[in-house]
Amino acid sequence: MLVKKGAFVRLRNHLLLPEERSKSLPESTTQVPYKSWTKGFLVEESELYENATVVTVTGRKVTGVLKEVEPRYKHTFGDYVPEIHRMRSVILEEVWGDGDV
Amino acid sequence: MGMFKINIHDLESRKSEIIKNSVGLDYSDYEYEGIGFDYDKLMNESGFTFDEVKSIQKESMVGNTPLIELKNMTRYVRKFSQKGHGARIFLKDEAGNLSGSFKARRAAISVYKAKKMGYKGVIAATSGNYGAAVAALAAKHGLKCIIVQECFDSKNVAQPEILEKARACEAYGAEVIQLSVGPELFYTFLHLLDETGYFNASLYSPYGVMGIETLGHEIATEIKVNEGKFPEAVICTNAGGGNLTGTARGLQNAKATKTKVIGASVDLYGLHMASDDDFNRKSFTTGHTGFGIPFAVNPDRSDVPRSAARPLRYMQEYYTVNQGSVFFITEALAVLEGLERGPAGNTSLAVAFKLAQTMKEDEIIVVQESEYTGAGKHHQPQLSFAKNKNIELLFGNPMDEKAGENIVFPKSGQDIDVNKLDMDKIKKSYLKKYMDNKLENPDIEFLCKELNITQEHYKKLMEEAQHERKKR
Repeated sequence: MLVKKGAFVRLRNHLLLPEERSKSLPESTTQVPYKSWTKGFLVEESELYENATVVTVTGRKVTGVLKEVEPRYKHTFGDYVPEIHRMRSVILEEVWGDGDV
Repeated sequence: MGMFKINIHDLESRKSEIIKNSVGLDYSDYEYEGIGFDYDKLMNESGFTFDEVKSIQKESMVGNTPLIELKNMTRYVRKFSQKGHGARIFLKDEAGNLSGSFKARRAAISVYKAKKMGYKGVIAATSGNYGAAVAALAAKHGLKCIIVQECFDSKNVAQPEILEKARACEAYGAEVIQLSVGPELFYTFLHLLDETGYFNASLYSPYGVMGIETLGHEIATEIKVNEGKFPEAVICTNAGGGNLTGTARGLQNAKATKTKVIGASVDLYGLHMASDDDFNRKSFTTGHTGFGIPFAVNPDRSDVPRSAARPLRYMQEYYTVNQGSVFFITEALAVLEGLERGPAGNTSLAVAFKLAQTMKEDEIIVVQESEYTGAGKHHQPQLSFAKNKNIELLFGNPMDEKAGENIVFPKSGQDIDVNKLDMDKIKKSYLKKYMDNKLENPDIEFLCKELNITQEHYKKLMEEAQHERKKR
């Protein structure tokens, strides 16, 4: 898929390969590459999942693999957690004596 | 242009030059012969007076946050206290600062300094509230800003709290560079300082710490004016040590020399901070023992040659508390006081809840911070995330919690419990790195100041440390 010049995208880089990482780190860390993600505007039309270059909001030029176009924020308030309601009942009951909510 | 790679050997060889150019301070001006340096000179002569700090912060909508009595929380405490006990709990609502946390106090001074020295931008390495603070202050001063954060594990799963911080930084116009797990973050940080020539807005520079002195000062003076005395205790959530250090210095500055300074951290013993596997098995990304202990024992492991955050100079007691209790108290703060805050910033509140039970009812304990909350950084998304990582959520004895395996909530407020850490043991760990040095008198004087101990106490701890090594 071609992504047009000027699109806001997210790049990924492997900064260090597993064998380049310090041996003093835990195994689960040294077995995997050290990666970075940067966002910016494409300087030219580029292919998704191929190398691409962006200019970041501070004006730096960065090259990496084009992973995502117009990245969205994916964090939320999460799923319902019944344990929170249980804590809430305990707290209200213990302070006001009318726990059922 | 090639792929963006980092060359650790090259960066390591130029480390001191890069740092020197980026902090606007020549740390060699403060070094002694031997192991020590002149900490007071570093803090007092590196740029700003206390009054200047105050006025810089005021112009940036930082500081003078509300100090509120948590009356319902105190009522809760007294349910479990013996007659005549149950101290009054006050909270300094630091969420009211620009960007939503006390970190704005630190960023205000760092970014002001950067602007004054003519830097075009600022960089900070942080996954926490400090990033948002630096980004917000940089926006206010018209400076560019880059925030570097450790965010994802190797399966590209991020801590929800850190994603929220990234969003906040970007909302203030900063560039955010997100990294996978590993201490190599430091080299990415160096690389960026070198590439951009921006200012290193370190949490550990004198600016990063003197910005918090106003917090301690405000607490002391406000309580004194309203209650006719200084508080008996001030409790600080402790990670890198700057929060506690600056607060304690501010209390001293206000002459509240009898106020006890207490540290509190979430207990994450057993989880390795550089482990890709462990990274997403914790529910707190700051305020925990994984930072609190190493930074207390070795403050100069930071991103400047000499850290201005030196908690063992000021900390009188240090407690840990489990994750489940902090979540419980976070919920209590919301439903009893109408304050949706935290969770990490509520670590010290959870400890205060327990300690207040043993204090007299006319005594005052001040919890010196709160932080904003929102999508990602709130107990619901964090617990929901933990469940998805197969962390068991249980009700029981909080002391049975095993970080990374389960989270144990207390069944009652009465069950919230804390671990009191052995300060001598922590101080011995600090001393261990000097066991093989030939220490002269000035070195020993420095160590006594570092650990806030007498020469006799120093001798005893050093002998014990030597003895423990032989046994091993």
